[in-house]
Amino acid sequence: MTLELTTTNHTVRLSTVPGGESVWVQTLQGGHHFLSRLASLGFTPGAQLRVVQNYGHGPLIVALRDTQVALGRGEASKILVRRAAGGSDGG
Amino acid sequence: MAAKVPATDQAADRAAAVLNGQVSLRVALAGQPNVGKSTLFNLLTGLSQHVGNWPGKTVEQKTGTCHYNGTTLHLVDLPGTYSLTANSPEELIARDYLIKERPDVVVAVVNAAALERNLYLVAELLPLVGRLVVGLNMVDVAAGEGVKVEPQVLAAALGVPVVPMAAARNQGVRELVDMVDRLARGEVPYRPNLPEIRPDHRGVLDEIHALVADYVPAPYPAGWVALKLLEGDAEITEIMRGCLPAGRWEQVHAILKAHEDAVLAVASGRYDWVGRMIRAAVTRPRAGQITLTGRLDRWATHPVWGLGILAAVLGLAFWLTFSLGTPLQKLLDLYLVRALARTAAGWLAGAPPWLEGLVVEGVLGGAGTVLTFLPILAIFFAVLALLEDVGYMARAAYVMDRFMHLVGLHGRSFLPLFLGFGCNVPAVMGARIIDSPRARLLTILLAPLVPCAGRMAVIAFLAPLFFGQKATLVAWGLVAVNLVALAVVGVLLNRWVLKGERAAFIMELPLYHRPNARTIGLQVWHNSLEFLKKAGTLILVMSVVVWALAALPHGEIESSYLATVGRALAPVGALMGLDWRMLVALLTSFVAKENSVATLGVLFSTGDQTAGLATALAGALTPAAALAFLVVQMLFVPCAATVAAIRQETQSWGWTAFSVGLLLLLSLVGGVAAYQIFH
Repeated sequence: MTLELTTTNHTVRLSTVPGGESVWVQTLQGGHHFLSRLASLGFTPGAQLRVVQNYGHGPLIVALRDTQVALGRGEASKILVRRAAGGSDGG
Repeated sequence: MAAKVPATDQAADRAAAVLNGQVSLRVALAGQPNVGKSTLFNLLTGLSQHVGNWPGKTVEQKTGTCHYNGTTLHLVDLPGTYSLTANSPEELIARDYLIKERPDVVVAVVNAAALERNLYLVAELLPLVGRLVVGLNMVDVAAGEGVKVEPQVLAAALGVPVVPMAAARNQGVRELVDMVDRLARGEVPYRPNLPEIRPDHRGVLDEIHALVADYVPAPYPAGWVALKLLEGDAEITEIMRGCLPAGRWEQVHAILKAHEDAVLAVASGRYDWVGRMIRAAVTRPRAGQITLTGRLDRWATHPVWGLGILAAVLGLAFWLTFSLGTPLQKLLDLYLVRALARTAAGWLAGAPPWLEGLVVEGVLGGAGTVLTFLPILAIFFAVLALLEDVGYMARAAYVMDRFMHLVGLHGRSFLPLFLGFGCNVPAVMGARIIDSPRARLLTILLAPLVPCAGRMAVIAFLAPLFFGQKATLVAWGLVAVNLVALAVVGVLLNRWVLKGERAAFIMELPLYHRPNARTIGLQVWHNSLEFLKKAGTLILVMSVVVWALAALPHGEIESSYLATVGRALAPVGALMGLDWRMLVALLTSFVAKENSVATLGVLFSTGDQTAGLATALAGALTPAAALAFLVVQMLFVPCAATVAAIRQETQSWGWTAFSVGLLLLLSLVGGVAAYQIFH
């Protein structure tokens, strides 16, 4: 897997996280409206989420705060997440 | 956060008024999408409900009454929203109602299977409303997913009553109404545990509160306004900019500017509060346990199998519509419209011929014919409602999202547009399920480009007359032209006409659950009723006008005003190789697409006989002109019923005129191009 962006060792864009892995929200990028919508759905810093489906193209499905949410690939790339040390923990 | 329960005294006054014999309560149902709120509302109000629009908005407003133990509950179903920030018209409507109308009791309907996210809205509601009951709905669905919620523990943590329910099975609903009644009477302790902001932002919130408190206009609570400013809420920011003296606004603005990311801190604070509320009350299944929804979604959201399942579902829907709806439509046509026409003709035998023409051809032949499509529409409405209620709609949107991106739309637009192949009316009305107003408008504008069954029937009749063996090829080509036009127009509108940013694709995938017959039934009932109202008003007027133009002044279409219009347009027709009769046929298709065949039959004066019409048409048209005619027919202005639906769904004559003008232009360009290329 290629990392498009590395702020710390384990911070990546959500769009690059493979299916089955659990990660933690680090921060969100984008306009205020976008932040507000995502935050109310539970994408807040520190929130844990699991990537349910990511085929590398098309939208993703993630599970967080008791809910499954479909996210466009563009939207997912604006969510920076922290992976567990050592990468995949199998979720 | 300095939030207090506002107007507690006021609520107590109301409770006293209730005891003094005024047993009438105003109750608002609030909740996020996919919590079964509509099912609960339908159960409480049944056919007493009134469906309209919120004043000045295209958002559906449902109100109704419910009687219980001598108390009358006046219920308002607020739009389903994830939060109460000014992110969408729905959220603005919901919070405006709560702040300005101050209902006696608010019922927060929450989904027990997704409690963590659902309680986020409760965290927003509590500081705003007088009295709140939590309707803990879908406990059955939650149990099926292995989630167990203790209502008493949750109630103790929240400090407000919690009533467990399964509205789809009519369980707990009586208990909920009883709790609403008792809470309004002040018989139940009410000590809400209010959420607080994260400690690192408490100082800045207090600072803003102190600056604005004296200037907050009624009826907004000052503490809430301070919090919304910090969240960067567009509407509240605008209001306070107007209310604060310039110097003070500069101060507030500077603070807000330094804390632009505070929206995340405020949301985090609410989720921390939610976490404390549910820690003791909720038992979740073991991690890794695969639930029913998970098992089904492995197939339904798979990039390949998901498309196969979608194709099967849609195939079934169309098969059902045409194997059940089409025979019903024919029966209605035969036994209702034609029988009525015969009866009317009998009664009006002695009346002036224009009156008979008006009733038989104008009213019954126009609006009456449109009415016979009701069974087909009702089935489409039922299919849409069923797919939405069961939770499949979101999956269909998910697998189609990639493809819809090509025309600047999201997956949510796929199903309404697809239904357009049956009839454009449910396509336009179905666009309601799209949450972004911009995408909804674009879907409505594109829907008439989907070739409906009416147009396909005309093609099926005329293409063999014109092209014989090659008819099938031509028909597919025409469908392809329409779909390409749809894609191109979608891209152009997106780029040049529609303002604002394209909404992000963020969509909840709700848990699958058993559909509720009452919810679906009422949805079909209300949509059908709306269509009937349109058939009786706008569609009626339009069909009578077209009839009058085609009949006046001498009672013959050849010498009518419509023919005059057709002859005046002859220069345009010449560019497509079409004479005035073909143009008149197109104009009459405005009432119903099928009309163009009947008009051609009259104008080429061979009656309705296929063989005669074929010879006459073949003599009048070159193949290039015939192709141009079919292209125009396929792209022409939407029929009267679709125009009426567009007017209703956009709430705007401007956009309705835009749609008609756009398609008129497009069809003419298409027709001229077809003629000039193949000439």
